[in-house]
Amino acid sequence: MPRLSTDTGRLQGNRWRQSAARIGLYIALVFGAIFAVFPVLWMLSSSFKSNGKIFDFPPKFIDSSFSLDSYISVLSNPVNLGYFANSYLVALSVTAITLAVALFTGYAFSRHEFRFKRVIHVVIIGVQAVPPITLLIPFFGIMVAFQLYNTYQGLIITHVVFTLPYAVIMMTAYFDTLPRELDEAATVDGASSQSVLWRILVPISAPGMVSVGLYTFMISWNEYLFALTLTQTDDRRTVPIGIQLLMGQNNYLWNEVMATSILGSIPVLILFLIFQRYFIGGLASGAVKS
Amino acid sequence: MTLLQSENPPIRELTSTDSRGPWPRVRYRGSLRQKAEPYLLVAPTVLLILGLMVIPIGIVIGYSLMDNVVTNRSPQFVGLAHYIEILGQLTFWSAALNTLIFTLGSVVAHMVIGLLFALMLNSKTMARVPRAIFRAIYILPWIFTAAVVAVVWRLLLDPSGVINYVLTTTGVLAEAIPWLATPATALVTVTVINIWSGYPFFMISLLAGLQGISTDLYEAAKIDGAGVFRQFSSVTLPALRPILYSMALLDVLWTTQQFTLIWATTGGGPQGLTEMLSTLTYKLAFNTYQFSMASTSAVLVLVASLTVAVVYVRRHRKEVV
Repeated sequence: MPRLSTDTGRLQGNRWRQSAARIGLYIALVFGAIFAVFPVLWMLSSSFKSNGKIFDFPPKFIDSSFSLDSYISVLSNPVNLGYFANSYLVALSVTAITLAVALFTGYAFSRHEFRFKRVIHVVIIGVQAVPPITLLIPFFGIMVAFQLYNTYQGLIITHVVFTLPYAVIMMTAYFDTLPRELDEAATVDGASSQSVLWRILVPISAPGMVSVGLYTFMISWNEYLFALTLTQTDDRRTVPIGIQLLMGQNNYLWNEVMATSILGSIPVLILFLIFQRYFIGGLASGAVKS
Repeated sequence: MTLLQSENPPIRELTSTDSRGPWPRVRYRGSLRQKAEPYLLVAPTVLLILGLMVIPIGIVIGYSLMDNVVTNRSPQFVGLAHYIEILGQLTFWSAALNTLIFTLGSVVAHMVIGLLFALMLNSKTMARVPRAIFRAIYILPWIFTAAVVAVVWRLLLDPSGVINYVLTTTGVLAEAIPWLATPATALVTVTVINIWSGYPFFMISLLAGLQGISTDLYEAAKIDGAGVFRQFSSVTLPALRPILYSMALLDVLWTTQQFTLIWATTGGGPQGLTEMLSTLTYKLAFNTYQFSMASTSAVLVLVASLTVAVVYVRRHRKEVV
């Protein structure tokens, strides 16, 4: 962290310039904050309005129609609740599977030597660049052929394929930061490779696993293209698709669309607030180091 | 990177694990088992990536070389005919150009805004609490998924929406504009929406990078008489260059692949003016059922992405070594 510079206020002129700079900085910060936060506040405010007041003139943040009606309406509709249930089911399954698989593979990459290690590692890094749209058509064919079209399993396995490469890379990078002396000492004491993993590395890898888990959950929760293409009926649709389906109706129920959007963003928001450090740390490390 | 490392639990935590007693003795395992272990550990990943990445890529390349695929059971090999056909179509090139404009605009703006906000948040003159508050606000757009971002901006940009209200009452505009449906503004508008939703990722990484720069460097620069701008160009920018470079390449990859935001705002319209390679490919496959042509387009998108990725990996290797 940068510390206050030692020459603060060395000269009167300097001090004046510094407070001017500070005022300028805060003005810039406020403008930036409006850019960042206004759309979010407007979404929130619209979700509390009645639909007839959405485009009232002049627009107000809070008007006379303020109520929780749109939330009640969204949450009392079984179809909407189904979208949420599907999203939770898919995202949690994807997170569990990705974490388990990435844990083993990351361990192998970090602590074992084996043939083709380099090739496999390069392939895992490389496949991250494969555009989802490229895989969409073959996936559609494969899912239909294996009767996984419009099933949870089909969507879950699809999401795992997209979350796994990054998860493996992050997990490997995390294990690499843990000193090898730990497991070497345990190995000398006769611990097997599996007990090294479960009794030494896993207990101190919580930060890495949290980062991977959060990232995975978020990717899956937000995924759109495959959820759109590989599911067909309302009882398999996820929240992002549900929001678009609400928009597709002739009379836009803007307040309900905004309420659904807020409700759909809450899980990620809560995870982010609780685990901000891990999020940012993992993100930065993955992006820069991968 | 520095952040993650700083979050490692200190080694002393291990003593608590140690205190549970000596490690359970495990029987000596045969060397075959030992040799097989790493392969077993990586097997699930390898199988998944082979089965659902490598093979599907083979399939899509196959589709692009054939006629009558997916929906029809009598595929015919036609060689590069589809490639010749699609590369001769104006719609393809127009989608490619739109993707290029959308991507360059987004990436440059992400970089500039991300850097600007990171510098502002890293400013020495700000106390801890306001810094934390502003940081949380600035990260906010990143929380929202493209499907949500799309509907929120459609609400804001509606002809009777709040943005048009502000612009018309302040006299900037004579009358309200349907930003996403007007040919002259649609592409710029989707780019701005994408800028809003994507800059926090840059900002966070650059902030981590800024915090990793030693204050000694700034002190030394100051002693040498460097002003604020000179410090920025001679200390800050060189230190951030690797991050900027990596982020820009990753962002190029992601932005060229953006589908949801376009699909949920304009759907490629008006008059194909926001059609991207991703939406064009999707439409070819699932709106007009031209699976072979869609596969051809998908392969071309893959080639473009891999080209960027190779540059990224090469660069990355150089830094690691």
